[in-house]
Amino acid sequence: MHKEVLFSVEGLYREDNEITGYRFGHGEKAACIIGAMRGNELQQLYICSQLIRTLKTLEEHGAISHNKEILVVPTVNMYGINVEKRFWPIDNVDINRCFPGDMNADSPKRIAKALFDSVQGYSYGIQFASFYMPGDFIPHVRMMETGFQSPSLANLFGLQYVVTRKPKPMDTVTLNYSWQMNGTNAFSIYTNATDTVDEKSARQAVSAVLRFLTRMGIVKYNNHSGYIASVIEEHELMPVKSDTAGFYKRLKEPGDPVYHGDVIAQVTDPYEGEIIKEIKSPTDGIIFFAHTAPMVMENAVIYKIIRRMHE
Amino acid sequence: MSFPTIAHCIKSYTMIRYNYLCINEVDMINEVVSVKMPVKEKIRILKNHFEPENATGREARLSLVTGIHGDELDGQYVCYEVIRQIKAHPELLTGTVDVYPCINPLGMDMGARGIPMFDLDMNRVFPGDNNGAMAEYVAAEVVNDIIGSDLCIDVHSSNVYIKEAPQVRLNEDCADKLLPYAKIMNADFVWVYSSITVREATLAYSLNKLGVPTLVTEMGVGLRINNAYCRQLIDGIFNIMIELGIWQGERPAVKEPIMSTEGQVDFIHAEHAGLFVSALGEQMGHIKKGERIGDIISPVDGEILQEIISPADGIVFSLRENPVIYKGTLLARVYAVR
Repeated sequence: MHKEVLFSVEGLYREDNEITGYRFGHGEKAACIIGAMRGNELQQLYICSQLIRTLKTLEEHGAISHNKEILVVPTVNMYGINVEKRFWPIDNVDINRCFPGDMNADSPKRIAKALFDSVQGYSYGIQFASFYMPGDFIPHVRMMETGFQSPSLANLFGLQYVVTRKPKPMDTVTLNYSWQMNGTNAFSIYTNATDTVDEKSARQAVSAVLRFLTRMGIVKYNNHSGYIASVIEEHELMPVKSDTAGFYKRLKEPGDPVYHGDVIAQVTDPYEGEIIKEIKSPTDGIIFFAHTAPMVMENAVIYKIIRRMHE
Repeated sequence: MSFPTIAHCIKSYTMIRYNYLCINEVDMINEVVSVKMPVKEKIRILKNHFEPENATGREARLSLVTGIHGDELDGQYVCYEVIRQIKAHPELLTGTVDVYPCINPLGMDMGARGIPMFDLDMNRVFPGDNNGAMAEYVAAEVVNDIIGSDLCIDVHSSNVYIKEAPQVRLNEDCADKLLPYAKIMNADFVWVYSSITVREATLAYSLNKLGVPTLVTEMGVGLRINNAYCRQLIDGIFNIMIELGIWQGERPAVKEPIMSTEGQVDFIHAEHAGLFVSALGEQMGHIKKGERIGDIISPVDGEILQEIISPADGIVFSLRENPVIYKGTLLARVYAVR
């Protein structure tokens, strides 16, 4: 393992925001893995730390393939993590909306540029990502339909689902998009936590990455072969919205099967404690995303359901 | 005895709810969209609708929108003053004016730029989605309400970090259609910039694509109101209203703006972390090549780390407001004639 500072942002009173990279193996740029881009992505940082720990052991046992190099960057936003802010704290800018970056611009764009210079050219790019709304997903691999996406490769992570989506304008300035447009097969992995650590899904994410790296001939690691993924397009997921507001009780978890008419959530009056709404499933299917916060506002998306799919 | 119309009922309700005095019959406050919050509160996006007394429905319509970013307040004063002047002289109104004073009320209440719960920039979710999450749903309803306008003006106030001179910003894709309006907006500067995909999710881009010509104005700095800049823009808005046949008042004197298409914009970035101290005082404006824009200083060792010098004869139209800076921070934009 070789540890190096890829880029550093000089602080005024704080110590420099150093972006640290961990390289394993030597030779061809095989795979690059990025952890927390946002300051609240603690699960994503934790997954990277566990991955680095495992790769260190694998390297010591000669299990990194000849002429293959892996780069892991646990975070680019140490400043944000330490003050519990999602974005780059100085000007409140989302670094993952600054790619491919610009060295003649503000610090978030410089960070993006420096990071992109370090991480481009790899055959495979993997980012542990998060969603802006509070909720849990079934762990899955997500890719944008840029014309360069490869769902069959995404299948090799062995997670249950691969989700593809058409990029929106705001997606065109993300790392994943820039990676794909510059020849890297890019994947985002979503687990079911962001600002807390969920050990179970973190282990699942580490295993998925090691499974993928093994199947691509980058490491030698013997683990369970996982699932043959179902590939779904995001627009096929049926959103279920809350048509009222109050305390929220979710009755189904990600991965649970539901049937048309099942009561899947309750909304309770925040002052009087009465159930004011029972929300029913509009379809048969599997819960893919579930809102987690204890309260809900009107029109919030509380579930996304994979329609007409059974366990 | 005549029964009240639905519109009159809404008007009566909103007058009671917001303690508005009905001093004339030209305005009507409507709820464009509302969202219930978890505990006994509703977020309402309001608009104040003005039309002439004997409206035919064929009048030209201007929509004035602001408050997409909760930390931008100049638009609040602009709305107040435009409404005040229309109410003071309803006889001069010959078209429709819809004023949308705040698209992000939660952000404004907290002084936050985005939607506070998600830290989501609302000007990156247009044209919205009726089946989407809260922000996208609100965005879709706002867009639906504005459609049909002959012109929309989206008033912005930079952010809390950068101060801007009064300017109109146009995407080059729409420049042909919008430049005639931009030139009579009483702005110091009209900046035609090249198209970037991420901006396609702004209100202005979405409305322009949907056939509503939409101008974006920028001025001042976040969380402050600059009265002089506001008055300048208000004159520009009334000038446009006269041009569209919406207002029969006396035409205000408006300045001819400097056009970015005739020169180039230089971006000046910090080379060091430190404190930026401007040498320009309160006002931005004309500057000569080699003149000092400011310094980056080190408060720890009492040294000047970098002197910021104008690269050309021109005007400074953007200037760093928050003195705390990092390497790369944008300090100024200088426009120079080629």
